[in-house]
Amino acid sequence: MDIKERIHKYSLNGKNIVLDINSGAVHVVEDIVYDILDYYKTYTLDEIIKLLEDKYDDKDIMEAYEEISLLENEGILYSEGVSIQDIRYNEDNVIKALCLHVAHDCNLRCNYCFASQGDFKGDRSLMSLEVGKKALEFLVKHSGGRRNLEVDFFGGEPLMNFEIIKKLVMYGKDLEKNYNKHFRFTITTNGVLLDEDNMKFINEYMDNVVLSLDGRKRINDNMRRTITDEGSYDIILPKFQKMVAKRGDKDYYVRGTFTSYNLDFSNDVLHFYDKGFKKISIEPVVTSPDKDYGIKEEHIDTILKEYEKFSKDYINIKKKDDDFLFFHFMIDLDQGPCIVKRIVGCGAGSEYMAVTPEGELYPCHQFVGDKKFKIGNVYEGITNNEIVKEFKNASVYNKEKCRSCWARFYCSGGCHANAYNHHGNIMKPYDIGCEMEKKRIECAISILANLYE
Amino acid sequence: MKYIKTISGSNLKDTLKKGGCGECQTSCQSACKTSCTVGNQKCENR
Repeated sequence: MDIKERIHKYSLNGKNIVLDINSGAVHVVEDIVYDILDYYKTYTLDEIIKLLEDKYDDKDIMEAYEEISLLENEGILYSEGVSIQDIRYNEDNVIKALCLHVAHDCNLRCNYCFASQGDFKGDRSLMSLEVGKKALEFLVKHSGGRRNLEVDFFGGEPLMNFEIIKKLVMYGKDLEKNYNKHFRFTITTNGVLLDEDNMKFINEYMDNVVLSLDGRKRINDNMRRTITDEGSYDIILPKFQKMVAKRGDKDYYVRGTFTSYNLDFSNDVLHFYDKGFKKISIEPVVTSPDKDYGIKEEHIDTILKEYEKFSKDYINIKKKDDDFLFFHFMIDLDQGPCIVKRIVGCGAGSEYMAVTPEGELYPCHQFVGDKKFKIGNVYEGITNNEIVKEFKNASVYNKEKCRSCWARFYCSGGCHANAYNHHGNIMKPYDIGCEMEKKRIECAISILANLYE
Repeated sequence: MKYIKTISGSNLKDTLKKGGCGECQTSCQSACKTSCTVGNQKCENR
């Protein structure tokens, strides 16, 4: 790999930032260093002095050069990649997380729904207690030495099958005791059916709750429609506000989707903040490129500028309110995931699987309903090892585009479903997604750099 | 240093030694459900 490809540098929000790609180190540098780095490793110090003589004093160039060399010698600038191509990942085929589709039915009719308004292109159905229990047993059985297991109650709309959720959580508690495991239950809901009772249960037993709403009323109601084709904002917002108020310190995310109709999505994040929400995620719609609301090539510039603009607002809010979180601007440079996780990515189809109401297994919720991705069922276990192998193999070292990308250890290869939707191949990342993710990482690090003092 | 401020000097390569335990949260379960965002997950083995 070209030595130049070992670092990534950019200027944003008043900071010159240099990432050392292989070590993960991050440096904020003065202009002089930023300029020297254009020539470092290609030209000698004398040549660099000459090249920059109109801009900087010789002495300053020498000092800055010396600092760069020092960091290089410490292994946190221009550091070499390690031989991790042969990394062994999940050789025992341990499964640690399931997305339980407890309801393939929904009480909203969102235009962009990847689940075909909740039924995932199949019949509307609810998961039985028997299938749910089998799924939890399947997870425990295949979890090997892992203690922390995750189960997300998903749909469709999971609250349409809430009695089963309650029973499954209690069954999980029994399994925890018998097998020395710890379940982290989470739920993703549109909020229509939230009431006092289920809010209390969710707040007691769910580690995280993802609350689906898109932002401003006009934006939300354009996509998130009721069965009688009305907007859902006025029904949902008060319920989510109540839910979050009751939630105390426990995690939640208000999660929206942005489409080509709200490329100014930072206004939706700020709208949520105005409405009292602190933990927010707004994400690009996942769809095929032919949809009118889909994100297209011609939208990229606007979206990237929107992320940059929002990063400025974010810094200002963060300085006053540290509890404010935007999921895609969160980054922890020191306590983040190990290199293995960064290489293998989301784990779909290997450590993570989705279960349909009938107990069928798919690599993740996004592939549910596409029969060629069916990998087994909770009764017989994995029956299609080829698919598992294919997903396990989809690491940043095996994806050609990722191998030389500076963002590979942050994004970890992107979403397989996005890749498949756009290229028919999970090994070819979704290009628009790559551009957005790179910008989000740049913004996230520039935010940290600004808050560092 | 006069010209460079290192805001993270941690070395990813060090995590090779005890990395890959798999106890951390599955990224897609945390909030996104559509966009793989691994770099912001927490390590549970430190």
